Amino acid sequence: MSALADAARGDALEPRTATITRADLVRYAGASGDLNPIHWNERVAADVGLPGVIAHGMFTMALAARYVADLAGDPTAVVAFSTRFTRPVVVPDDDTGATVEFGGKVTDVADDGTRTVSVTATHDGRGVLGKAVATVRLG
Amino acid sequence: MPLDASFVGRTWPAETYEVSLEKIREFATAVGADDPVHHDREAARAAGHPDVVAPTTFPVVFTWPATKRVVDDPALGLDFSRVVHRDQAVELHRPLHAGDVVTTVVAVDDVRELAGNDVVTFRCDVTDADGAAVLTTTATLVGRAGDDA
Repeated sequence: MSALADAARGDALEPRTATITRADLVRYAGASGDLNPIHWNERVAADVGLPGVIAHGMFTMALAARYVADLAGDPTAVVAFSTRFTRPVVVPDDDTGATVEFGGKVTDVADDGTRTVSVTATHDGRGVLGKAVATVRLG
Repeated sequence: MPLDASFVGRTWPAETYEVSLEKIREFATAVGADDPVHHDREAARAAGHPDVVAPTTFPVVFTWPATKRVVDDPALGLDFSRVVHRDQAVELHRPLHAGDVVTTVVAVDDVRELAGNDVVTFRCDVTDADGAAVLTTTATLVGRAGDDA
């Protein structure tokens, strides 16, 4: 049984920390086709008023979806994911990168076993995803 | 400049995209999804899939370019240089895998002004070669008010 299959409504899920470096952003830009320079170019990011290069919201969302899939023990279990991008994740130009802490709570278990998970993602102690909800279908 | 509200309810012609093994591998690697079902055809088949399976947010690879075409239509009036991605949702009706040839139809679900900012919600309905629904995405973009607003 996976962590999520064992979880009941109201249960908190084991948190996990992810690290995002500039290299991760460049790799994601290429893989996703989102070449917006605010995700890799300090000068352009500053020009539009950002504190620095920021992670793609979709990258943070992908990491959040993977966090839930890992807890489900099935990479195809997350059949829906929705979120608001509430704050940017600023990724410094160093070898350490930015840290994002993921957490989750089971908010519903349907009759067919489908789990609804409320997901949190925080960076520097503040939420970067809002109203993030994953729908998880366990095989 | 106010947005053109007549965009609401409109749809744009379908764009076709062929999902490939290598693109799924590349995307899965970029998001740290290392499960073999994303990388190894035999492992995917052993798990009951016809080919390697795409991670949950993979569809952005083709839904974003399809959406961007509408975003860039000067008639809509959205200044992309001031756009912020506010909300995103993806709903998979079935797993997406290599070999799928999918078509994306973009629709504008909502156009509104909120505190001087332009807010547009785009929906992408994605179907397979048989015309069956594969997934739906929605994206809400905010065009921040400029100095002249």
